[in-house]
Amino acid sequence: MRRETADTANVVQFDSVGVRYEHGPEILQDIDFSLPAGSFHFVTGASGAGKSSILRLIYLAQRPNRGRIALFGRDVGAVRRYEMPALRRRIGVVFQDFRLLDHLSTLDNVALPLRVAGASEDDVRKFVPDLLNWVGLADHLHAKPPTLSGGQKQRVAIARAVIGRPELLLADEPTGNVDDQIAVRLMYLFEELNKLGTTVLIATHNENLVSRLRHPRLRLEHGRLRQD
Amino acid sequence: MFSRRSDLPLKDDAATRFLPWLVAPMVFLCSIALAGAFIISALLGRWDRDVSGTLTVEIAAAPGEAGESAEQTRIRVEQALRILAGTPGVADARALTQEQLVGLLAPWLGNSDLLKELPLPAMIDVTLRPDRQIDVGALAEQLSQAVPGASLDDHRVWLSKLIDLSRNIERLAVGIVVLIGGVTSATVFYATRSGMAVHHDVIEVLHLIGAPDAYIARQFAERAFALGLKGGIAGLGLTLPVLIAIGLGARSLQGGFLADLSLPFSGWAAVVALPAVAALLAMLTARVTVHRTLARML
Repeated sequence: MRRETADTANVVQFDSVGVRYEHGPEILQDIDFSLPAGSFHFVTGASGAGKSSILRLIYLAQRPNRGRIALFGRDVGAVRRYEMPALRRRIGVVFQDFRLLDHLSTLDNVALPLRVAGASEDDVRKFVPDLLNWVGLADHLHAKPPTLSGGQKQRVAIARAVIGRPELLLADEPTGNVDDQIAVRLMYLFEELNKLGTTVLIATHNENLVSRLRHPRLRLEHGRLRQD
Repeated sequence: MFSRRSDLPLKDDAATRFLPWLVAPMVFLCSIALAGAFIISALLGRWDRDVSGTLTVEIAAAPGEAGESAEQTRIRVEQALRILAGTPGVADARALTQEQLVGLLAPWLGNSDLLKELPLPAMIDVTLRPDRQIDVGALAEQLSQAVPGASLDDHRVWLSKLIDLSRNIERLAVGIVVLIGGVTSATVFYATRSGMAVHHDVIEVLHLIGAPDAYIARQFAERAFALGLKGGIAGLGLTLPVLIAIGLGARSLQGGFLADLSLPFSGWAAVVALPAVAALLAMLTARVTVHRTLARML
């Protein structure tokens, strides 16, 4: 019988997870790790090592071909489709390519998770400008993403990921488009969120950043995990 | 029920922009089909009310000179009236006067003095008691044997054929409405699918940040409703002058026979409701389409 619940102390738990695309070789093999609630981890590895795939599995964009994943103590394989949106709303994601909606203003992009969760427009007007101010975009509330620089887009993407106060924050190369100074500021932002209780997992190949912040890392090599 | 804000850029969507242009002629055709069914149904209803519970006895004019023929015909009419008075189930039997007969023929033959000279058949208008059944066949037999040239016209025979025709026309109209509804629905289905393909990236982002299917479906459904209503109102705008023109045209005709070609209140109500029905159909189709398509996503 399928196990419905897992270790509730872990926000994420992977057991012998394997992923392959169509009939190709497994790009992730026997991945075992867990992220305790309130932890801060990096996942590192060369380009194509499978960092993004691990994140995609966690934010429920794809299913593993084998193994078992548990999120917030629930076996993902046993989660019904109609329960997925609520589960996803507990996770904030900073996508590598930002995935901002170009036709919406900065404010509306950041407000999306609130509106999707059914928040009132009063809450949107109250929280979103504050957060955009915090990430240094107070002057760009009504700007559309195509008019923003790469760094500004990144901050909008981060603001969107954290506005709903997610329990788990995933970021895929969040410093890829910004200079070192802004990268460090963004990392401090993630650390602040982590101190507030958010579990953080950041996929990056920026070794400087990883070594500077001294958080545990999950190192991917040839589709397998080496835990430091 | 509706919110004006949409996260999807559906207003600029080329895939659905043509919908009102398609819904408008659909609503126009539906309206004409429905109006036709209502007009025929109302017309037959009026005929039915007018003739149900009545019979007509026709007595051919007796041969001979005009004076003698008239006298013989009068005697035959009295014979027929006696038989009818003694028939259980007959409430009243009244012979039409010469003026009434001429009045009936005037719309077709003109109101000429010549009509009064013609040996017209006599007509007896028979009213039946609603609480009694009458054997029309036996009465017709009795009349034809006792009164030379007498024949009984049971209106129900020809009326039932007309009612059958009316029912078939109504079924045809309903079939046309269903067919048009199906075509409209299919169009909205494909337009929604195209819209979803065009906005796949936006939908995926909404999906991944936790938007329930209903949240995304609502936005497509509201857009489809707005476009359906727009097209429906345009279709109604095309229909109204046509129906008014038919009504006015029928009223201006001589004879009184076609004067009933006006749409009854229930017909107007159905026609006026069509844009809303089209909009609701579009909304429902879009909603179901989005739900079904999203169900294939994780």
